[in-house]
Amino acid sequence: MSTGSETFYDVIRRHGISRRSFLAFCGLTATSLGLGPAFAPRIAQAMETKPRIPVIWLHGLECTCCTESFIRSAHPLVKDVVLSMISLDYDDTIMAAAGHQAEEILDEIRQTHKGNYILAVEGNPPLKDGGIHCLPGGRPFVDRLKEMASDSQAVIAWGSCASWGCVQAAKPNPTQATPVDKVVTDKPVIKVPGCPPIAEVMTAVVTYILTFERLPELDRHGRPKMFYSQRIHDKCYRRPHFDAGQFVEEWDDEGARKGYCLYKVGCKGPTTYNACSTVRWNEGVSFPIQSGHGCIGCSEKDFWDNGPFYSRLSTVQPFPIEGNADAIGGTVAAVAGGAVVAHAAASVVKHAADKRDMKNERQAQADKTNG
Amino acid sequence: MTPPPPGSDVHAADATAEDASASTERTSIRVYEGPVRVWHWVTALAITTLAVTGYLIASPLPSVGGEASDWYVMGYIRFIHFTAGYVLAIGWLVRIYWAFVGNHHSRQLFTFPFWRKDYWDGVVWEASWYFFYRRWPKKYVGHNPLAQFVMFIVFTLGMFFMIITGFALYAEGAGLDSWQYALFGWVFDIFPNSQSVHTWHHLGMWAFVCYIILHIYAAVREDIMSRQSMISTMISGERMFKDNRDD
Repeated sequence: MSTGSETFYDVIRRHGISRRSFLAFCGLTATSLGLGPAFAPRIAQAMETKPRIPVIWLHGLECTCCTESFIRSAHPLVKDVVLSMISLDYDDTIMAAAGHQAEEILDEIRQTHKGNYILAVEGNPPLKDGGIHCLPGGRPFVDRLKEMASDSQAVIAWGSCASWGCVQAAKPNPTQATPVDKVVTDKPVIKVPGCPPIAEVMTAVVTYILTFERLPELDRHGRPKMFYSQRIHDKCYRRPHFDAGQFVEEWDDEGARKGYCLYKVGCKGPTTYNACSTVRWNEGVSFPIQSGHGCIGCSEKDFWDNGPFYSRLSTVQPFPIEGNADAIGGTVAAVAGGAVVAHAAASVVKHAADKRDMKNERQAQADKTNG
Repeated sequence: MTPPPPGSDVHAADATAEDASASTERTSIRVYEGPVRVWHWVTALAITTLAVTGYLIASPLPSVGGEASDWYVMGYIRFIHFTAGYVLAIGWLVRIYWAFVGNHHSRQLFTFPFWRKDYWDGVVWEASWYFFYRRWPKKYVGHNPLAQFVMFIVFTLGMFFMIITGFALYAEGAGLDSWQYALFGWVFDIFPNSQSVHTWHHLGMWAFVCYIILHIYAAVREDIMSRQSMISTMISGERMFKDNRDD
């Protein structure tokens, strides 16, 4: 357990991480925050002198892909630092303690670091039936979440489950899975969506809070601007093929071999806000589009309900599969066109009949006057 | 050919006696002022351009080969779409301005007398004319009640919807610090996933396609079958009545 005066640097050094790696971490984090090299020493100083911020990592209704990504994909220099920063206090996936012993840690941190710790939430609380569809430690997750959030400094909604609801909140959302910011309303909630999200965002946010003693600037949906203010499409290395009009039409065509734009086969890059195309994954090796598969838009709200993944146009609910805007609009336009043709034909007949009637009436009138 | 008898009202150079006897007295009212007519045709052109390019943005043309640097197919299509969008939006602003300074007919597009019973009676009457229950339609200087209904619900509200969602989508490329995002970013409070905005904007295009089909059909049909001029009114501004009957 930590004491109040311990710094991140102390912890990192105790874990056997060299000062060189530590400084590399500071430099990389400054860059990923868009701060420029001058801020690396400032970050280093903050991490050396200020008491570290404890991070509690709670798991609700989720698949643990966030944690899985987290413990693997960070830059090798960063990885150890990340684990030192995050896993120390409480994370039921990777901590050593278990059972009552582990649960006690939660209460202890809540008291000793009241108003100071950061609550990272992976997954979301299902609210239906009093929250019984998610019972870690034998209690509804929603209760524990509210309790831990009430004494935290800020909440990080980690991943699409916590930020938007993700697959368990996809229609029809049987357990009423609810995003964290709809449940925790008295603390700032920083959303870091993605399925899973990028690990560097977590360390960057914690480092930012430590260094500048304020929360990073958030966009209108509560996402840190430095990672979520541009779409995958805006910085995609295949963008020139999009502008040129060079697309993969089929998965095994020449365009796919040449690395053309995946727009026509359903890439959601143009509607997805994330840093994948710049930060990338697995030690910066690649990201979905670079591997030849379109973005599925996993960091966007309700991306499960905006499919299919392999078509540009989304299915419009509640219409059946393949009921996209063109299918629906085209059908309505065809019906309107057909109705117009039928109405025009009927109008011609009616017009002719009216003319004939009027002629007859005039004739009858004339006969009457003459006769 | 005998010329018209002396004292006839027909003064055309080639008029005959037959023409003079066939002529009827007609009234004509100036309805659409110049800016409204110019706006109408500019908007018609812009909407056509937007629908075609918009469709091609959602379903692009077949891929081109060679180097990416040799081509800008998608780039030009999107550029035309955005330019036409600006023309449409600026035209709409001018049109709104004209509703304040123009004649009272220029305001009809923006008014919808929902609470007036005689308006709804007019809608029903006009619908019955379209269902062939009437031999003659009524005469109107401006839009008939049914036309006003479609104009307001589909066209006017549709214009606002398409311009707002269009600029919101444009703001995504322009950036979070752009004026487009400052003015139209709130759209993403309603639809947080911009894919839904794309879908709705696309459905809006189809609504306009249906509107265009009905609009052109109704204009041609009314020009032939109604008791007043239609198409030429949007060219000359003059509403001509074919008879002077009372009803």
